[in-house]
Amino acid sequence: MLNNNLDNARKDNEIVPICLRTSNLENSSSLQTYLSVGGYKQIQRILKEKISPEKLIEEIKISGLRGRGGAGFPTGIKWSFIPNNSAGTKYIVCNSDEGEPGTFKDREIIKKNPHQLIEGMTIAAYIMGAQVGYNYIHGEIWEEYESFEKALAEAKKANFLGKSICGLGFDFELYAFHGYGAYICGEETALIESIEGKKGQPRFKPPFPATYGIYGRPTNVNNTETYATIPWIMQNGGESFANIGVENSGGTKIFSVSGHIEKPGNYEIPMGMPFKTLLELSGGVWKGRKLKAVIPGGPSTPVLPAAEIMKATLDYDGLKNSGSSVGAGSLIVMDETTCMVTTLKRLSYFFYEESCGQCTPCREGTGWVYRVIKRIVDGNGKPEDIDLLLDVSKKISGRTICALGDAAAVPVLSFIKHFKDEFKYFIKNGKSMMDTNS
Amino acid sequence: MLTKITRKKIDSELKKFPVDQKQSAIIAALQIIQTENGFLTDELIAFAADYLAMPKIAAMEVATFYNMFELKPAGKYKISVCTNISCALREADDIVCHLRKKLNIDFNEITKDSKFSLKESECMGACGGAPLMTINNHKMYEFLTPQKVDQILEELD
Repeated sequence: MLNNNLDNARKDNEIVPICLRTSNLENSSSLQTYLSVGGYKQIQRILKEKISPEKLIEEIKISGLRGRGGAGFPTGIKWSFIPNNSAGTKYIVCNSDEGEPGTFKDREIIKKNPHQLIEGMTIAAYIMGAQVGYNYIHGEIWEEYESFEKALAEAKKANFLGKSICGLGFDFELYAFHGYGAYICGEETALIESIEGKKGQPRFKPPFPATYGIYGRPTNVNNTETYATIPWIMQNGGESFANIGVENSGGTKIFSVSGHIEKPGNYEIPMGMPFKTLLELSGGVWKGRKLKAVIPGGPSTPVLPAAEIMKATLDYDGLKNSGSSVGAGSLIVMDETTCMVTTLKRLSYFFYEESCGQCTPCREGTGWVYRVIKRIVDGNGKPEDIDLLLDVSKKISGRTICALGDAAAVPVLSFIKHFKDEFKYFIKNGKSMMDTNS
Repeated sequence: MLTKITRKKIDSELKKFPVDQKQSAIIAALQIIQTENGFLTDELIAFAADYLAMPKIAAMEVATFYNMFELKPAGKYKISVCTNISCALREADDIVCHLRKKLNIDFNEITKDSKFSLKESECMGACGGAPLMTINNHKMYEFLTPQKVDQILEELD
């Protein structure tokens, strides 16, 4: 393994581009540009030297890489679930169906550095013995879907995909698949149903996709950022990656910063960076205002008031200790003027709208929650509504096939936990605490 | 009913899947047909189902499940505005108000000349560019201001 001056890679206050390493180069998405940073060298080396999948999985385990889509499951362990030598077709799926509000990192990888994703998926296919792959791309980012199709064509033409890749005897076909507007398809079994040409309704688990995925075949689903990290780990070694991050949170992570922030965008930073530092990197709260709260990982993760998030570090343990979680790394920043009640109303509408309707607690509960918050915002709230919201949310959580039900409860419980006074004020006065007009 | 070009486009999508799994191309097929026709009729959905050798009801389930499909006539330019949290925090409401006033229609309505229709959208996965809108599903516009919206609409014939 190469070790090119990475001893100093761990810095507390800098961006460390791995998935986005071509971002600042001209024609960042082109094959030529990716080749100029050492692209496609790892798949060639692995195929030439016939490195065993077990050895590669070991390297990924050492790296500490965890699934970047939100669940944070260790990637090396996940990839050992699919028996490499079983007969028949196996599938590798990339989940680029980013619909969790505040998340837009996969779009940037596809747009700026698609070939690194393609190489990462090809290495994954080699490790798990898969022949076919799909990249499932969120419906609304159509231009990225088209540009990814172009990158695939380039890779095929150069024989980095297709039959006998680089003449080294390994076959892998990769296709782009576009969604058409359904948040739930970010759930891996709903995504599989969608690839099969059905409504995106999650499946019961078990069986897990590793044994029963697309068309009933073994299938591995990972997030875009996870696959895109693999070529770098293969180039520099698992330990180098682990050393960039902190314990239990190896490497870098892209944090998408949106909302009331001066410079919204994606920041690929070492895990463990203090939130305070990232806030400075992204220009601080907009309009010189004060920070009120941050949702650290998308609405499926609990909101944190300013005092809590300002003490937090951005890694799995750091955010867990602060009472939230990394999720997809989608930091939604809210300034001092934000009304938490109307913000929660919008989030509750989202979960109500996107519930697939399969499980009664989620289908009925999300609508119930939305209607209660709406009546508070309309000035018709009742004192008992706060308890009602908590009660309904708790009864959705843990009673559904997939995690959307749990996710829908998270903002309700956490917004009320930290900002109960605002809810009480709204119910009592029929208007927001932030509403300064008398 | 399906033009040659439409069939050709669907056929090229079919190449992505095993020959006995044509149904996998239904989202793509409906997207291709909608892009050509502006919206999906029961008849068009049935044609797509036949073309992919799948039950009509299964194609109808897909057409009604994914919210970028239109089952009623839409404007020549369908404007979808994201109003989810990151866009809302960056004043997407102002964009919606501006569009409502300018076009004199509400969400899910079409202008009298059938040129524009307006839709509220869920998160588009591009929140760094909030506030956002798409036109006819496939073209995205970021960092919107009322002035920028005026400029974009003026350039559409």
